[in-house]
Amino acid sequence: MSETSAKPTAITGAEIFVRCLQEEGVEVVFGYPGGAVLHIYDALYRQDKVSHILVRHEQGAVHAAEGYAKSSNQCGVALVTSGPGATNAVTGIADAYMDSVPLVVFTGQVPTNLIGNDAFQEVDTVGITRPCVKHNFLVKDVNDLATTIKKAFYVATTGRPGPVVVDIPKDVTAQTAVFEYPKQIRMRSYNPTTRGHGGQIRKALDLILSAQKPMLYTGGGIILGQASDALTEFTRRLGYPITNTLMGLGGFPASDPLFLGMLGMHGTYEANMAMHYADVVIAIGARFDDRVTGNIEKFCPYAKIVHIDVDPASISKNVKVDVPIVGQVEPVLREMLRELESMNREPDAEDLAAWWRQIEEWRAKDCLKFDRASPIIKPQLVVQKLWELTGGDAIVTSDVGQHQMWAAQFYRFDKPNRWINSGGLGTMGVGLPFAMGAQFANPDATVACITGEASIQMCIQELSTCLQYQLPIKIVNLNNRYLGMVRQWQEFFYQGRYAMSYMDALPDFVKLAESYGHVGMRIEQPGDVEGALREALAMKDRLVFLDFITDQSENVYPMIPAGAGQNEMILV
Amino acid sequence: MRHIISLLLENESGALSRVSGLFSARGYNIESLTVAPTDDPSLSRMTIVTSGSEEIIEQITKQLNKLIDVVRLIDLTPYRHIEREMMMVKVKVAESGDREEAKRLTDIFRGSIIDVSQETYVIELTGHGSKLDSFLEALQGFPVMEVVRSGVMGIARGEVALHL
Repeated sequence: MSETSAKPTAITGAEIFVRCLQEEGVEVVFGYPGGAVLHIYDALYRQDKVSHILVRHEQGAVHAAEGYAKSSNQCGVALVTSGPGATNAVTGIADAYMDSVPLVVFTGQVPTNLIGNDAFQEVDTVGITRPCVKHNFLVKDVNDLATTIKKAFYVATTGRPGPVVVDIPKDVTAQTAVFEYPKQIRMRSYNPTTRGHGGQIRKALDLILSAQKPMLYTGGGIILGQASDALTEFTRRLGYPITNTLMGLGGFPASDPLFLGMLGMHGTYEANMAMHYADVVIAIGARFDDRVTGNIEKFCPYAKIVHIDVDPASISKNVKVDVPIVGQVEPVLREMLRELESMNREPDAEDLAAWWRQIEEWRAKDCLKFDRASPIIKPQLVVQKLWELTGGDAIVTSDVGQHQMWAAQFYRFDKPNRWINSGGLGTMGVGLPFAMGAQFANPDATVACITGEASIQMCIQELSTCLQYQLPIKIVNLNNRYLGMVRQWQEFFYQGRYAMSYMDALPDFVKLAESYGHVGMRIEQPGDVEGALREALAMKDRLVFLDFITDQSENVYPMIPAGAGQNEMILV
Repeated sequence: MRHIISLLLENESGALSRVSGLFSARGYNIESLTVAPTDDPSLSRMTIVTSGSEEIIEQITKQLNKLIDVVRLIDLTPYRHIEREMMMVKVKVAESGDREEAKRLTDIFRGSIIDVSQETYVIELTGHGSKLDSFLEALQGFPVMEVVRSGVMGIARGEVALHL
């Protein structure tokens, strides 16, 4: 390279970084500065296209980026420093990996000449994150930076989405190179399948149409693959019963009579019984998680299984599949609808009617009933009121525990991207940062975080972020002074020995919220639930922390105990 | 059942640990693993010997294929194929009778003596793992000081080939 020609257009790695984000159309980055990323922060400071949101902990940054991605179908972006910045981000990265969230996480790294020297704030980020990323990169040369970032976004957002980590040493952000952003990326080792195999699709339809007791079992892939409309059309076209996994809620309208509710450990009686007795199960974008299948030996004993999934490794991983279709769920469902049209064949009406009569009998059990006359606030009541008052159209995030299951059971989602939670990793503390991300992606939406007093304390420092950016999130704290789900298991399986599940020394959440500059409310009477929620929802310009003092002994029903079959549920 | 899986992967730092990490993280068995660059400097070829039920082997190949660094993969087990392993053995041969016997055994196994000192030979042997095992058995009368084996390499016979 001659000294005169290239130099005028050469810019620093930090500037290249920012230009790459702009090229990718990134509007929001969640992050926290530190020594190794100061050049990048300086470059961010000197532009106004990409806004940076300062969180209070790196875990919050990654979860917020997840919430942003899950509520908007965009790629989430987080930026953290080296060492502790990177290790703090790992929980969020692992969470995104389990739930296939498209995410690019940039981590600072010590200068290349110090890598491996146990330098201050050095950690082997590529090594630490390897088991919980879709892929990761260490950029050693500023000339590779732009291409690597392009690859990172491409890998994160295509095929089965997932988190990609890009580790950038500090000196790389200071060195200069000519900026050139590749228009397209081709990776010889990465060619995700999109369209399903035609022969397999016809084979699947043959089986589906010959079913006497069909059941659709659909998961988070419907949401990630933006296949909700196609799924709804497909299901209604056939008139088959359908269930969603925890991750799939909203993928099919919950208010539709074809919907049997969620399935699995805390799924409805009708959904689990229908799965158990089905003769053909059509699994779409769902991966047969153990929280769904229960005891695999007893799972769907009578069924032939069709499985549509973009990830070939998810097919026949846990359950042997009869007709696999590898492809993106949306184009596969569209193709199936076209085939159905040309086949001109209908399911057997009599068989289907008999199957629905059986399902209605199960449904009549009303497995989600609870004591509505209770003098103590029932957590289910709070969720149901929230659903009613928001018309089912809020973006609801949850933490992990009993409240999560009540949220899934009692808030009925009619649309995708409204239900944001941690299904795979089951990460306590995600609720508030998820809500932040969702609110940034959807500034006009009502965003509610359904949480518990234990979960919320795991990332409660983000209340400070919420104040800084004036996020009007509604925190619905179902406060039962227990690690509720732990207590429930101890009650069922450990003869009531409540080891360490009791939350002593709780903060006064009202004062806590107020100390952060928010509004706090404590609600102790069932009669006050609706009024408090109404009041909070009316406050469009500020965060409200609603501390509902709920029944300590309430359990989540139905429940399939670990090791049992789907027909062996504990009802109330 | 024992399987021999060959793969081509990007010759990049971290690629090997992604593969070995996959095996440890998912609890798969790994018997031997051999890796070196190929004629194409951007590609490494790896041979993995593993064992498990058909379902587990299916998962192993699917999960390996999912790794971004893995470019191509073949399970050689169902194909007619050749397996080779290399071994170097250092034996003590202080007496002249021992030296003759060691030389004789090496010839029988078509090995070669590649280092000689006052009291030791280093014998090199290439072949199927079972042949190397037999040679070690035949050497039982000798004080064996050191054994180093390469792990298995494999290649399919005839037209079947693993290439881009």
